[in-house]
Amino acid sequence: VSEIKRRKFLKTSAGLAAGAAAGPMIWVKDANAQQWKNTPEKGAKLRVLRWSRYVQGDIDQYMKNVAAFTQKYGIEVRVDNEGWEDVRPKAAVAANTGAGPDIILSTNDDANLYPDKLVDVTDLCTYLGSKLGGFYPVCDPYLRPDGKKWIGVPLGVAGVCMVYRQSHMKAAGFDTFPKDTDGFLKLCKALKEKGTPPAFALGNATGDANTWCQWLVWAFGGKLVDTSNKVVIDSAETLKALEYVKDLYGTFAPGTLSWLDPNNNKAFLDSQISLTNNGISIYYAAKNSQDPKVKEMSADIYHANMPVGPVGKPTEFQLFFNQMIFKYSKYPKAAKEFLRFMMEPEQMDPWVQAGIGYVTPALRHYEKNPIWTVDPKHTPYRDSMKNMLPSGYAGKMGYASAGALADFIVVNMVAEAASGSKSPKEAAQRAQKRAERYYKV
Amino acid sequence: LHKIAAVASLTARLQDNKNALGILFLLPTAVLLLVFLTYPLGLGTWLGFTDAKIGRAGEFIGLGNFEFLWNDSVTRLALFNTIFYTTVASVIKFGLGLWLALILNQHLPFKGFLRAIVLLPFIVPTALSAIAFWWIYDSQFSIISWTLQRMGLIHQYIDFLGDPWNARFSTIAANIWRGVPFVAITLLAGLQTISPSYYEAASLDGATPLQQFRYVTLPLLTPIIAVVMTFSVLFTFTDFQLIYVLTRGGPLNATHLMATLSYQRAIPGGSLGEGAAIATAMVPFLLAAILISYFGLQRRAWQQGGKD
Repeated sequence: VSEIKRRKFLKTSAGLAAGAAAGPMIWVKDANAQQWKNTPEKGAKLRVLRWSRYVQGDIDQYMKNVAAFTQKYGIEVRVDNEGWEDVRPKAAVAANTGAGPDIILSTNDDANLYPDKLVDVTDLCTYLGSKLGGFYPVCDPYLRPDGKKWIGVPLGVAGVCMVYRQSHMKAAGFDTFPKDTDGFLKLCKALKEKGTPPAFALGNATGDANTWCQWLVWAFGGKLVDTSNKVVIDSAETLKALEYVKDLYGTFAPGTLSWLDPNNNKAFLDSQISLTNNGISIYYAAKNSQDPKVKEMSADIYHANMPVGPVGKPTEFQLFFNQMIFKYSKYPKAAKEFLRFMMEPEQMDPWVQAGIGYVTPALRHYEKNPIWTVDPKHTPYRDSMKNMLPSGYAGKMGYASAGALADFIVVNMVAEAASGSKSPKEAAQRAQKRAERYYKV
Repeated sequence: LHKIAAVASLTARLQDNKNALGILFLLPTAVLLLVFLTYPLGLGTWLGFTDAKIGRAGEFIGLGNFEFLWNDSVTRLALFNTIFYTTVASVIKFGLGLWLALILNQHLPFKGFLRAIVLLPFIVPTALSAIAFWWIYDSQFSIISWTLQRMGLIHQYIDFLGDPWNARFSTIAANIWRGVPFVAITLLAGLQTISPSYYEAASLDGATPLQQFRYVTLPLLTPIIAVVMTFSVLFTFTDFQLIYVLTRGGPLNATHLMATLSYQRAIPGGSLGEGAAIATAMVPFLLAAILISYFGLQRRAWQQGGKD
């Protein structure tokens, strides 16, 4: 109990500090600025491995920031890119063998797989947090698992929102996008009747299927595990979610069981569907399209946060990005300096803008970045970190949560119930069995 | 000087010794095989008996992984899928391949050109042809569905990869398309080694074309068939790329093969031990396939027209 209390206290005090930094008390800011003292090792060189860009602007600006860092500190930085799903095994091997890039930008639960191989960055995170409005609480389970020590620096998430065609929604009799799951089902039914159906990926799609399936189960109060990592997916709440998804699936365009990540983008841009879940990429593909018809469509594309279910609070699931420094690095101080530099507003603000809002930063300060308001359609993505629950909710992260997610247990369960290949009860029981294996009862 | 002389005489003696020389020449290959084949295979098998995770060395847990996998519905499904996929695809590949080889062995116009074309599916990188099939089978943009709909034959797009059985047959079709050239060209090579004099003798004896095929072609082709089908079965059983691009094992794990499941569990899932166990579990099936072809098809007596 005392542990919980202390955590709560720490959180509230962090929040207070955040409020202070954002407020008019400029002296706090100065004090914090002085707080950061770090001298990179002489002759340091850094290697960074990161996930490849989703939008060209991201990597262009990232490399500009890297060049600015090299110019300022005289530290050479080599940046390698890999598809985000390939970074995970590489990072794990680096952790295991004790050799590899000094800094790795990876995803989801990764830092919890080898926490003792990572450099403690509590000083850096405390500095960044107090200067830049604090990290969102959801960063804790990812990178501060014990509530005290930061094992990595949160970068942000690739936000996923509902993407819809405004004119189709209006034609279906809705003026605004429904805020709750009941309204959402009604909208989907109306869209289907008008011949402009919604569709959500139900294949083994790492990005899109996971984000919406987890959201849905959580929205009804279902969850894979409870706070003590006991598997509780076979519950009345999950069954409600699965009954709901049966109705919802009836409104989908055909073929979603086979859909992988790119399918909904293609179908949406071809006007075959009018509602799906996605990052901001569909909108930008349309906006920058050479095809005048598609370009015209971009005016009709709108975004909304995922509707709230019976639990009464947002339950989004997003792809989380971390930044880890490995203990084998010969230049941990230089690495810290690099991450600090990249997270400072001078670098981060232009980067968020160049990435056209694809990444929602983990520090509250960046809610004020003009990218979120320059086009109102960007705004929902600003709140992606605020509205999300962590991977492996409500349990702790580790091999079990990473394995269960990679094995598509929740996605398969939702797909089985949706398609009617299994009854909701059977689907939930099967998911329970599969998950128990990962969480070894 | 004394030393040099000793070394020189040793070298001279070594050069005269056939056994020593033989071992010396074998050494580079042996080292390569050991380092790049035996070691990874041994390590993989060992990992299957541990609970290793990516980034964490495991402990020996005996048959723990296999026990779990035996009770795991997804693994069982993957095993069924793999056997089904391999059997159906291999049988059809053999039939089509043999047929194609026999046709190409005739005196056709543009023979060289035709043979080159037949090889094309085999030459194209799997990942590329898989992406082509992905579009062909797409639930919204399928060229097949589009054509059939335009012709008025169907009213709804075919759900090639969204229905479990459709998905199985669709992936098998793609595998066959890719695998037939290998079978056909190898069998064609085999056909060409058969001396025409046998056929002349057979036709003098009054054998019909069917009898010539049964009593001349088939027995003489059997060794090649054994080899090509062994390879074909091995390739099919361990197929990965095609499934990974087309379905990633979906829908509802209906197309998950042992290889794709092994990858999913081991690399993105981080359970190296379990993934290795799935891969190891494939070995008995592969061995069985090899042994069947070896003992079943390599029998000399049968090849020479006698009875077993």
